[in-house]
Amino acid sequence: MDHPGYYLNWGFIHISLANLIVIALMVVVFVVALIAPFPKDRGR
Amino acid sequence: MSGAGPTWTARLRDRAAAAYPPERLLPDRQPAYVASWIYVFGVLTLAALIVALASGALLALEGPQWYHLSAKGHFVNGLHLWSVELFFFTMVVHLWGKFFMAAWRGGRTLTWMTGAVAFLGSIGTAFTGYLVQSNFDAQWIATQAKDGLNAVGVGAWFNVLDYGQMLLFHVVLFPLVLGVLVVWHVLLVRRRGVVPPFPDDRAPRPEG
Repeated sequence: MDHPGYYLNWGFIHISLANLIVIALMVVVFVVALIAPFPKDRGR
Repeated sequence: MSGAGPTWTARLRDRAAAAYPPERLLPDRQPAYVASWIYVFGVLTLAALIVALASGALLALEGPQWYHLSAKGHFVNGLHLWSVELFFFTMVVHLWGKFFMAAWRGGRTLTWMTGAVAFLGSIGTAFTGYLVQSNFDAQWIATQAKDGLNAVGVGAWFNVLDYGQMLLFHVVLFPLVLGVLVVWHVLLVRRRGVVPPFPDDRAPRPEG
């Protein structure tokens, strides 16, 4: 917190690297949640 | 207690028992389609919210001297922050999943709406949390936010420079509103059930 964040700029897009990483992680987790096999059994 | 009809407490009890029999309120089985990781993110969001509420309660009990200056206080302060980070992370994945399932289908409009409003309420709760850190970061956020809130006309009731108001919003008003919305949302999920997937268009259709 004692130094400015690193920001990325593409045209009108202005986003901190930390926020971009979190968004990318959410997309990755979302895709993995869709395709990863879920443990079976327990009589569902 | 005379009169033809039952009392309001009896009517309420009968309606609650009809809408939420125990096996629906606390089910031990779910439909087969729920066996997917994408269905886990709702309960992960709830778990993160419970940790955020519990750690927040501890912070409120012990006070700023404790959470700014002691090792245990730093830990619980960090727990509160990271539970909120996880809360938003899992809530966004939950939202994406439900959006692409069109989870408002089958009479679940109110379930979708309470979830959406709870999401907005969460943003307000987190925002006021950043404002009451009692550090320079909080001051910076407050001075940056005041013009935006004034521009939309709510500055008189939502004064980000008023530390007392922001603290009470954060520890009482917003958690209360969010808590009611989340309980309502979960009860609606229990009542309507988890939304089923879309029908498979590749499946053979009956002739005629």
